[in-house]
Amino acid sequence: MDQNFWLIPLAIIGGAIRVSTPFLFVSLGECITEKSGRINLGHEGSLIVGAMVGYGISLVTGSPWIGIVVAGLAGSLFGFFHGWICGKKGVNDIAMGIALMMLGTGLAFFFGKSLIKPTAPRLSDFSLAFWSATPQIEQAFKINMLFIAGILLAVLLHYGFKYSRWGIMLRIAGESADAGKALGYNIDSIRIFATASGTFCSGIAGAYLSLYYPGSWNEGLSSGQGLMAVALVIFAKWRPLQCLTASLLFGGAGAIGPALQSIGISDGYYLYNAAPYILTLLLIISNKSGKEIGNAPGELSIVK
Amino acid sequence: MEQLLENGKNESLNALIKTLSALLFSFLLFSIFLVVIGASPIEVFSYMLQGSFGSAFSVQNTIIMSAPLLLVAFCTALPAKLGMVVIGGEGALVAGGLGAAVAGYAMKDTSYGLAILAMLIASFLAGGIWIGIIGWLKYAKGANETIVSLLMNYIAIAFLNHLVEGSLRDPASLNKPSTHHIGVEHMLGKLPGTDIHYGVILGIAGAIIMYVIYHRSIFGFSVRIAGGNPKAARLAGLSLRKIIILTFFLGGGMAGLAGFVEVTAVHGKANASLAAGYGYTGILVAFLARQHPIAIIPVTLLFGALAASNGLIQRRCELPDATLIVLQGIIFVTIIGWDAIVAKVNFKGLKSTSFYTYGSKFLANPLSYYRGSYKS
Repeated sequence: MDQNFWLIPLAIIGGAIRVSTPFLFVSLGECITEKSGRINLGHEGSLIVGAMVGYGISLVTGSPWIGIVVAGLAGSLFGFFHGWICGKKGVNDIAMGIALMMLGTGLAFFFGKSLIKPTAPRLSDFSLAFWSATPQIEQAFKINMLFIAGILLAVLLHYGFKYSRWGIMLRIAGESADAGKALGYNIDSIRIFATASGTFCSGIAGAYLSLYYPGSWNEGLSSGQGLMAVALVIFAKWRPLQCLTASLLFGGAGAIGPALQSIGISDGYYLYNAAPYILTLLLIISNKSGKEIGNAPGELSIVK
Repeated sequence: MEQLLENGKNESLNALIKTLSALLFSFLLFSIFLVVIGASPIEVFSYMLQGSFGSAFSVQNTIIMSAPLLLVAFCTALPAKLGMVVIGGEGALVAGGLGAAVAGYAMKDTSYGLAILAMLIASFLAGGIWIGIIGWLKYAKGANETIVSLLMNYIAIAFLNHLVEGSLRDPASLNKPSTHHIGVEHMLGKLPGTDIHYGVILGIAGAIIMYVIYHRSIFGFSVRIAGGNPKAARLAGLSLRKIIILTFFLGGGMAGLAGFVEVTAVHGKANASLAAGYGYTGILVAFLARQHPIAIIPVTLLFGALAASNGLIQRRCELPDATLIVLQGIIFVTIIGWDAIVAKVNFKGLKSTSFYTYGSKFLANPLSYYRGSYKS
């Protein structure tokens, strides 16, 4: 029994690392988008398209890495369209996000029918626990290159937003479109670029799902990771490094249920899954009335 | 005042023309999609018509398919009258369905009327309170209703799964954990001689009641003031708290009734199939109908028709079931982005056509034709 209990935190850590990577990519993507003052609720669509395209390309070319890049590009098409059309007058960005989610899901399911059976080459992983001979520990610390890439991206964005010319331009567009215009920037182009980069990330998140974990293409692949991007970014208070923490937390909470189930405790399986959402909700509520949360970009339609 | 009314009618005709042309355009896009993948648009459209309106059976099927959408759309449509975007229909439907299943099981041994009434009230209250909380958070805490309602969807689904696998589980439901069945004799009846259940009547009645409340009552008038300018509403002595929470409650209650229909007319019990995505389609239905309670009815009929004909298209044209989602996606993207798509088209040419002038005059004052006083 003692031995079993020792396995639980290990399983949760392992689960957190495995499950959090797609969360990390969608939240960083949405973070870029929202920093520019635009909100995109359609990450679910680009994520599912990315999962399908990534799997298909990996199957055809034999290289999962080409699959990931093409998945990102396919995802960014959706962001490009969203960014372009929401810049026009009279287009509601929230409704357009949901409409694109439906279109993306439909297209991915339509063209993905023939991909359900064949097995595409998957991404490989390596274990950080070279110091341990225990198979459980080795299993828990199995890490995929995309997880590392996500961490690097978070660090890059953290400094990029602060110090780089691009980052500052992006933040000006997000804080005050008028100020940006006065400086001679084309706000619409900045936002189109930001939205397209955002869905590039969610395309990669989708490819991670189909090419690594769970590691196959089917219509029930996504459990709403793309939809939660918006909540994750709020939870992370628009800070890229906190997106990493938030993703690990969301992933870890999702891993508690299966970890407990493996030793025979199945009570509250679904409640653990819901815990991060309840936490995000509490964070929003605990905010004093009338004040915006953390450092939300001023141009964002959801904080206005 | 008359001028004002006429402008209003002109606007609604404008909206109708816009929506219809956007719809036409999206079917054109879908045809191009079909041609590209090597299917015949004519064949697909004829099966679509046949599968949705071709026979008495398919017409009934269309109507049945539209019932949950009709109800759940109000969860977005009503708060939108205040300028707020609520996307919590899925959660309210789940809450309502759970409420109906619990009430139905508790009232298993009572009379039919009593059981139905209890389930009706329980589902309306469950959905209404679920979304009403969001309204309260919006008013009291300034919490963003869009994000909160999205989070509440996930929480509702998690609670549903938790309860149907735990304390509310019927031990007999092995493969698909569900609540206890409400009893076959307590299922919602059908219109005599048809397959159409009373859920459809409930939806239409609900839509009419919401129309009366929001377009023909003093409360509806104050909602419009509050939606247009909250400060003016406050100055006029209107209670924003009451307006927001009540509107959210009614919207959530309607979505809860969609759960009631799903449980009492379709499944007989609550389980994971309640979260079938109706909530998300309902958001778009509300946008398509431009939040008008009566306009929601034909819009849901259209989507009911698409759903009803899907099986036939799958079998005859050998297209995957996702074809329907593609078409729905194209329609929604086109209609929501229509303003941007046609921004460069000159509508003045259209406005000078006789169809437009006659049409708007007729809508402004239908009786003028009969009185013979109509002059253009």
